[in-house]
Amino acid sequence: MLNHGTSNHNTSDADEVWTMVLKPKRSLFEINLKELWQYRDLIGLFVRRDFVSKYKQTILGPIWFIIQPLLTTLMFTVVFGNIAGIPTDGIPKMLFYMAGIVGWNYFSTCLNDTSQTFIKNASIFGKVYFPRLAMPISIVISNLVSFVIQFLFLLGFLAYFMIQGADVNPGPAVLLIPFLVLIIAAMGLGFGIIISSLTTKYRDLVHLVTFGVTLWMYATPVIYPLSEIPEKYRMFVLANPMTPIIETFKTALLGTGSVNYMQLLYSLGFTIVLLFAGILIFNKVERTFMDTV
Amino acid sequence: MSDAVIKFENVSKQYRLGSVGTGTLSHDLNRFLAKIRGKEDPTQKVGVVNTLNSRDGEFVWALQNINFSLNDGEVLGVVGKNGAGKSTLLKLLSKVTAPTTGEIKVKGRIASLLEVGTGFHPELTGKENIYLNGAILGMTKREITSKFDEIVDFSGVSKYVDTPVKRYSSGMYVRLAFAVAAHLEPEILIVDEVLAVGDAEFQKKAIGKMQSVSKSGRTVLFVSHNLTAVEQLCTRGLLLQNGLLKMEGPINDITTAYKKASVNENELRRSGTRHVEFLDYKMVNLDRKQTDEVYLGESFVVETVFKAKENVDYTDLTLDIRNDSNEFIGHITNSDDLFEVKNINKGQEVKVSVTVKDISFAPGTYYISLWLGNNYGTYDYIENCLRFSIKQGDAFIQRPYPFDKRAKTVLRSEWLFD
Repeated sequence: MLNHGTSNHNTSDADEVWTMVLKPKRSLFEINLKELWQYRDLIGLFVRRDFVSKYKQTILGPIWFIIQPLLTTLMFTVVFGNIAGIPTDGIPKMLFYMAGIVGWNYFSTCLNDTSQTFIKNASIFGKVYFPRLAMPISIVISNLVSFVIQFLFLLGFLAYFMIQGADVNPGPAVLLIPFLVLIIAAMGLGFGIIISSLTTKYRDLVHLVTFGVTLWMYATPVIYPLSEIPEKYRMFVLANPMTPIIETFKTALLGTGSVNYMQLLYSLGFTIVLLFAGILIFNKVERTFMDTV
Repeated sequence: MSDAVIKFENVSKQYRLGSVGTGTLSHDLNRFLAKIRGKEDPTQKVGVVNTLNSRDGEFVWALQNINFSLNDGEVLGVVGKNGAGKSTLLKLLSKVTAPTTGEIKVKGRIASLLEVGTGFHPELTGKENIYLNGAILGMTKREITSKFDEIVDFSGVSKYVDTPVKRYSSGMYVRLAFAVAAHLEPEILIVDEVLAVGDAEFQKKAIGKMQSVSKSGRTVLFVSHNLTAVEQLCTRGLLLQNGLLKMEGPINDITTAYKKASVNENELRRSGTRHVEFLDYKMVNLDRKQTDEVYLGESFVVETVFKAKENVDYTDLTLDIRNDSNEFIGHITNSDDLFEVKNINKGQEVKVSVTVKDISFAPGTYYISLWLGNNYGTYDYIENCLRFSIKQGDAFIQRPYPFDKRAKTVLRSEWLFD
């Protein structure tokens, strides 16, 4: 309840305590994370909404989470493994592709979905205020749910192949996986919110993103091992901040090669800078995007 | 002044007209160059007043130099024509968009209702949507849980809370949405026209709820075209006109000024093909002397002159009468009286007059709109072009009766002991 009694009659106007002051511009670094925390229930409800609405009235329901990577894996096995004959470092092809796909999928869905934050939610954003970051964050979390399901499925696959006696050795690097997932989420979110901030004005980016992400996958060792890249081009592939993540993800699960911590550190640094820049831009755009979207 | 909970200081908001997109990159570059050379933003024109028909300039000020403050516990009504800047004002206050210049200061938690049912998802059940919508409006899960039963009761859809809202009728949908909104407990509540939804019974409920909110000492800012509702709810008012704050004061002064302004504004709203058009129209008494006053129970005549620009088989002539809250009160058309206006030749001028008999509307100010046209469309329509007032006479009513805010028409009656 409002405490009517304590209004400060004696203080001058300038000293008054306002809970909120809306100005044309706010400083670049004025980011209200406390407010975001206050809206954590909303984030949870958005995640629930995404999950429930996606699979209501579908026969297979959440099984769709598994069908998609499974079919992609089969397709890649046939096309890249058998027809093109790209080697997989001696790992069973199915397992190799699936590990890559599950890791990459989480990144690409995060990026794709968050990059449309402003455009898709214009009708809600135009009517009510809540911290806009709640939306992309909830997207990243609901994609995490599908990632976890896919990941468990991948583990089942892995176990099956190990029982069959395939040469896969998950090493202690497995402990790095939560950390990798975090970087994937942060990078997807970072790119996504930067793009969504720019698309409020320059709509062209929408077209770029969808196929850009697909192309990006081919520049990342998802369907081929890094070791297959000729030495002189390897630098370019390594400049891609997703390369160390996917490589380490595979190394951890399948036991190929060893973890290169320098490269991982590069990805981490890149992600931190990216996410920070993303939040700054997003924060700036969210205040007036309704006028231009 | 220290009781102010909302304070607008020189607030302006500029919008870009037309399609945003093409040319924005070059504008951005221009602006950027100007900025580094230390010049003024070349795309920002100051001092252009916003009217909906002004086409000059790509930018428009939806609000200009708005200054006002709202004290704790006050209920403020914001009125103005379409495009006056009401919604922009609410949008700024709800943080949907930021002001172009100036500052808005707020003390306390704000909840704004610019629409009911924001974020409702058709696939989710009523219950799930209550939670989602409540959270969007700023409630925590725990607050919603504690009010859940009340919300469901108020909405009257308790049987269907576990049904996806896409199966709801539109009335149920709106009721549920309003119920969530009505149970917000902010210190400051901002409401935009949401009362214009639902059936009459529900509107009554909604207004009642708003009244109880305002009586509980909370600060309310209310925007509506429904002057009756504004007068019922609010204590103070703001009148906006073309983005400028025209007037501020007690609500009755504001609504009166608004009613006046809406007619005195020179431009009459006129539409139609003009194949037949009005040349002249006036209101006269039975002695054919021009007047704008009539006593309750008396008759008056509307004389019109119109001209055809081409041969016309037939046309209808209609009079719509509205009161000063723009409520539609009466309708007269020639065909109801089996009076026909037929076979008008090109260039011919026709004079038609109609006698409105024994006028029985409550005393007050009224406006007549004239319409010429037929089944195929409108020739000429002039909105609210004649203004007149009905004075209390003694033809029906034998006692002083305060008609304003009460009955809208007067009924003739006979009494006897049975």
